[in-house]
Amino acid sequence: MGQQTALFQQHLGHNGKMVDFAGWQMPIHYGSQIEEHHQVRKDAGMFDVSHMTVLDLKGESTRPFLAHLLANDVSRLSQTGKALYSCMLNESAGVIDDLIVYYMEEHWFRMVVNAATREKDIKWISRQAEPFQVSVQEQTGLAMIAVQGPNARDKTHAALGEIMEPAKELKAFFAVQCRDIFTARTGYTGEDGYELILPNDKAVGIWQALAEQGVQPIGLGARDTLRLEAGMNLYGQDMDETTSPLESGLGWTIAWEPQERDFIGRQPLEAQRGKSSKKLVGLILKQKGVLRPQQKVISEFGEGEITSGTFSPTLGHAIAMARVPAQTGTQCQVEIRNKLVDAVVVKPPFVRFGKSCLEK
Amino acid sequence: MSTTPEDLKYTKTHEWVRLESNGDVTIGITDHAQGLLGDMVFIELPEVGDNFSAGDDCAVVESVKAASDVYCPIAGEITEVNSELSETPEMVNKEPFGTGWLYRIKPADSHDLDELLDASAYKELAESEQH
Repeated sequence: MGQQTALFQQHLGHNGKMVDFAGWQMPIHYGSQIEEHHQVRKDAGMFDVSHMTVLDLKGESTRPFLAHLLANDVSRLSQTGKALYSCMLNESAGVIDDLIVYYMEEHWFRMVVNAATREKDIKWISRQAEPFQVSVQEQTGLAMIAVQGPNARDKTHAALGEIMEPAKELKAFFAVQCRDIFTARTGYTGEDGYELILPNDKAVGIWQALAEQGVQPIGLGARDTLRLEAGMNLYGQDMDETTSPLESGLGWTIAWEPQERDFIGRQPLEAQRGKSSKKLVGLILKQKGVLRPQQKVISEFGEGEITSGTFSPTLGHAIAMARVPAQTGTQCQVEIRNKLVDAVVVKPPFVRFGKSCLEK
Repeated sequence: MSTTPEDLKYTKTHEWVRLESNGDVTIGITDHAQGLLGDMVFIELPEVGDNFSAGDDCAVVESVKAASDVYCPIAGEITEVNSELSETPEMVNKEPFGTGWLYRIKPADSHDLDELLDASAYKELAESEQH
């Protein structure tokens, strides 16, 4: 029997179909994952993401510690509340996890890491933090609700009122503390919205207040189709410890400058720079069929594999991410149930703010 | 809890069969099956005029989750297919016994229908698969 979040009964009340996810009982959908997907693109939906891991890092040397730990550079975080998406690499430049780090105060940074990688991340980060004397504290007793969609912010303010005032001026990729609701204008859907981190005992009240404003509960099934349309990677599927960011479409998250910044994994990563034998690309099907993880990809330069694939409800056809030989051009084929189907290589994202990013 | 209309026949592979007044049969997948598969996105149907034996795979229903073969319950010739499903595959989820029907067959031998499961036998089967 998996762990339950503070919102477990709410999910049951909304007819959630519960499944195990990283040892947690989570709703995969509440009836139709496709309808839930459309709801987020058109209006507003809310996700229980309380299973994710919140770590607070404190100490005088937190900044230099993070400059060493992360492949992206926290020196980009100069304004209070600013967030940074980064990979955390091992010594071979393999990806341990992807995460968001928020600069709260000079000696306090908050990190949100994946649920499935919780134990390994805490162990790794704590070990690396020791010489810097940075304390790494998991914030338990917290729930997390992501409210996403074109109307998400308005509905959140309508639901929660005055305490959310500080968030009205929030810019994208910034966070602010609204009393005991840590409010970040971030998300995993390609839509505008908030990710709220709040005490467990407030979770049900906030969820119900949002529901009263017409924010619909959204399950993990739609979460996956939304993030894939938005071109966002899923750790454990699109990358893992055996793949570098350069082979995972995450080269843009690496801060090479300043050259003296010695982050973990820098050296093997430098050696690969411009020379990776594989790359992660986007694929679409123009005809019927669904692209799925692990399907074989065939290009004139060799074979590859789909890492994430699905039917895109917003576009009406299949989309995928695939790891393919680096020289692969604009065409390839995918083996679907023993037949070879033509696929087109595109650069993600596929959808942003509800609209297709692909050329017609 | 899925529904299982009493007046239909069923297969172990989760198809339902309805005898029409002209002797043809209409076939679809059950409520139990559509619930397991999730939101449908593509339906591959046979061609009118195709002939199948009992147990042949003759259609594919593809959901966000997985593609699943649909089997022909009895031998016969396809007389009609539900072409609306190419625009609205979700009818298989919303009305699996109604507008979500898949295809119609002229049976080679109408006695073959007697071999199929009745509603209570199918309900037992569906329940035994739940865990």
